Amino acid sequence: MKFAVVVFPGSNCDRDMYHAVKEVLQAEADLVWYESNLEKYDGILIPGGFSYGDYLRSGAVASTSNVMKQIKEHAAQGKPVLGICNGFQILTEAGLLPGALMRNEKLSFMCHQEELVVENEITPFTSGYDKGEVVRFPIAHGEGNYFCDEETLADLKANNQIVFTYKNNPNGSVENIAGIINKEGNVLGMMPHPERAVEKLLGSDDGLRLFQSMVQNWRDTYAKNA
Amino acid sequence: MRKVTVYITLKQGVLDPQGKAIQESLNSLGYNEIEDARVGKYIELKVEDGPNLEARVTEMCDKLLANPVIEDYRFDVEEAEGL
Repeated sequence: MKFAVVVFPGSNCDRDMYHAVKEVLQAEADLVWYESNLEKYDGILIPGGFSYGDYLRSGAVASTSNVMKQIKEHAAQGKPVLGICNGFQILTEAGLLPGALMRNEKLSFMCHQEELVVENEITPFTSGYDKGEVVRFPIAHGEGNYFCDEETLADLKANNQIVFTYKNNPNGSVENIAGIINKEGNVLGMMPHPERAVEKLLGSDDGLRLFQSMVQNWRDTYAKNA
Repeated sequence: MRKVTVYITLKQGVLDPQGKAIQESLNSLGYNEIEDARVGKYIELKVEDGPNLEARVTEMCDKLLANPVIEDYRFDVEEAEGL
């Protein structure tokens, strides 16, 4: 499975993501400038940061870029797309995930570890976790307050699209939502940073299983007989 | 040439923590009559006049300038003299 870490002007968690999949997970991965062709990649990783300086709204400008058209096609083919932090904001702005990320309830930028509950373990990203398991990932965001209307929330619940929730909601997100998946189950967006939780030395390696799950599911789906 | 002015505000019912902070600051300055404050965006566009101008601006607002999930918008169109 070959990963593309998409780099926008202003991305700043791209190296962390690359390090996690390339060096820790030991998978094939490239840092890919946003004007590139994504055809040869199996999994798309959209990292955190401040693409286009967060101009207009976080993720808004990146969501109109040409590479998003490719990512939409990639997603439509059922291939996995993971957006973390600014990546999640870009996915909601692009309409690949419902809802929006707003300014944190208490306005401040927050950067610390949070406990998350795995709400849905039946996804290609979370099959390595147990339902209800509590994991520790860092958060680092000023606009991670997930918002959606009642109807969308009911939809998310009915389709089991809420994948991670905060144990102690830090930012005011509705229903403590930290990460959601699309209906088709191949596009995951989350504010916390699993790529910064892949080594015990750095406080937690709970995030590694997320990337391992992606690879395992890819092999099960596309490389059974390989 | 036309000047289009777009006003973007958070939807009623969507919490506006910046507005809340402004309201509280005004209150602490002694302006106790302030009961609420809402923060929004103001965008000026210089647009070449053409057919479907309003429909096209509406499309621009829906696609990029506003996020319909959390924001409302309205816009005015006027002659762009002296812009």
